[in-house]
Amino acid sequence: MRERTIRGKTAIAGVGETTYYKHGQSPDSELVLVLKAILAACEDAGISPKEIDGFTSYSNDRNEPTRLAAALGIDELRFSNMNWGGGGGGVAAAIGNAAAAVACGYADCVVAFRGLAQGQFRRFGQGAPDPTVSGDAAYMSPYGVLSPLQKYAMRAMRFMHDHKVDHRVLRAISMASYNHAQNNPRAVMYNRPLSAEKYDDSRWIAEPCRLFDCCQENDGAAACIIVSAETAKDMKQPAAYILGAVQGSDHRCGAPVMNASNFASSSFASLAPRLYEMSGMKPQDVDVVQSYENFTIGVMMAVVEHGFCDPDDCNEFFQIDNLVAPNGKMPLNTSGGNLAECYMHGLGLQIEAVRQIRGQSVNQVPDADVAINIAGPMVHHVSSVIMGSEATL
Amino acid sequence: MSKSYLPEGMPIPIPMDDGLDTSYWEATRRGELMIQKCADCGTWQWGPEWLCHNCQSLKITWKKVAPEGTIYSWERPWHPVHPALKDHGPYIVVLVELRHAGNVRMIGNLLGDPHQDVIIGSKVEAVFEPHDDADPPYALVQWKVV
Ligand SMILES: [Zn+2]
Repeated sequence: MRERTIRGKTAIAGVGETTYYKHGQSPDSELVLVLKAILAACEDAGISPKEIDGFTSYSNDRNEPTRLAAALGIDELRFSNMNWGGGGGGVAAAIGNAAAAVACGYADCVVAFRGLAQGQFRRFGQGAPDPTVSGDAAYMSPYGVLSPLQKYAMRAMRFMHDHKVDHRVLRAISMASYNHAQNNPRAVMYNRPLSAEKYDDSRWIAEPCRLFDCCQENDGAAACIIVSAETAKDMKQPAAYILGAVQGSDHRCGAPVMNASNFASSSFASLAPRLYEMSGMKPQDVDVVQSYENFTIGVMMAVVEHGFCDPDDCNEFFQIDNLVAPNGKMPLNTSGGNLAECYMHGLGLQIEAVRQIRGQSVNQVPDADVAINIAGPMVHHVSSVIMGSEATL
Repeated sequence: MSKSYLPEGMPIPIPMDDGLDTSYWEATRRGELMIQKCADCGTWQWGPEWLCHNCQSLKITWKKVAPEGTIYSWERPWHPVHPALKDHGPYIVVLVELRHAGNVRMIGNLLGDPHQDVIIGSKVEAVFEPHDDADPPYALVQWKVV
């Protein structure tokens, strides 16, 4: 283990989320959704909202900390942080940045949050209607490469070619999320199971991905409260200690026109070893995996790059029985995830990891002490975090 | 029959305001492929940058390269995300390695049947697709299997 580490210094002490709505159906504004999620997290943690003194978020969240602090009546705002990078690549980084702020004393009680009411703003997944494009987009948009999936599908197509991966791998990942959502009344896809036949009959969005390989679009908000380990120990909920947090990407991942050196990748190749070194954990120590599904193709590569499966063994490893709680070898996305619970830009998956550590999940993995959370695969700045129960300290 | 692979109305590429990639876009209209190469260390580079990512030299030159490559990866979008693609049906995008330019990669469409099997590793050559009536006019670099 490294000498400089975040391991065990902070914990998630409270989690909160709003009702999850289908895209465009939130009765509340995005700001109100965020405030409601923060209040729910405070209630969960058993603290007053006035104890919050910092905020972190990612993906250019529109709800500025000063606005939130004013609305909540916070006496003094001491820390705010926005993680660069689009999509959900920054969700674990937002947790990690909050933990770093608490560990080094910038603030004592930091909220990592995300609010999305896409109906009120421009939607993801829609090509920009601008008549002209320049820069990187000039080399992609005129050829019909406009949406996030269209920008990332070729990474996976090459990976699947190199490692002879069968499409059933993607189907198993999708079915695991839908399977778990059937036990989760919060899930937008509750009571909407997905069979293998229904998956196979679904339309292509962009090969190699079908409809059920793609995340939903939703409205809602979620929040996690991060405090010091000493503080968390005596609070209302069992603490989920942050054991390691990493962010970034490897050589020229963001090189224009898809010229990343390690192209057939979800961008985690250099991060995962750092995460394990920092946390003192190994893949076999991890009890449950939450891996952000923007698309199933990203989950596949991210799980491989975090060492849970050899790239050449995907076809054997990604079987539905292996991926489902409570008895699967690697229970995956146990709330239903972005595919079937809610696309809350991955923060819902962080909350599910906390629930697993506390023993409060609707798809509880027995004796789950260590959870990993992998954020935003395939984007050019990604992050992941490992958290654990008190027993792991 | 439309002379362009995708329907009219797709976004029009224009050179960057700072002039970085003007050489590329002027060359495509002449039917030539120009790629960046470092004058100091010889590294090929794509997309365009102001300095060499290998040695950080600012002496970046533009070299004409034979428009030939190999399919490195591909995708077949079906769901339209741009108004011009509504009801168009699937199309193929290929990521092509330029074997005469250090295997830098470039995106284009694969000409021919949009339902065709695409084989990674296939040799392809460029087909310059003029859009002379656009404002401003431009040319795309498309690919066909050889
Ligand atoms: Zn150089």
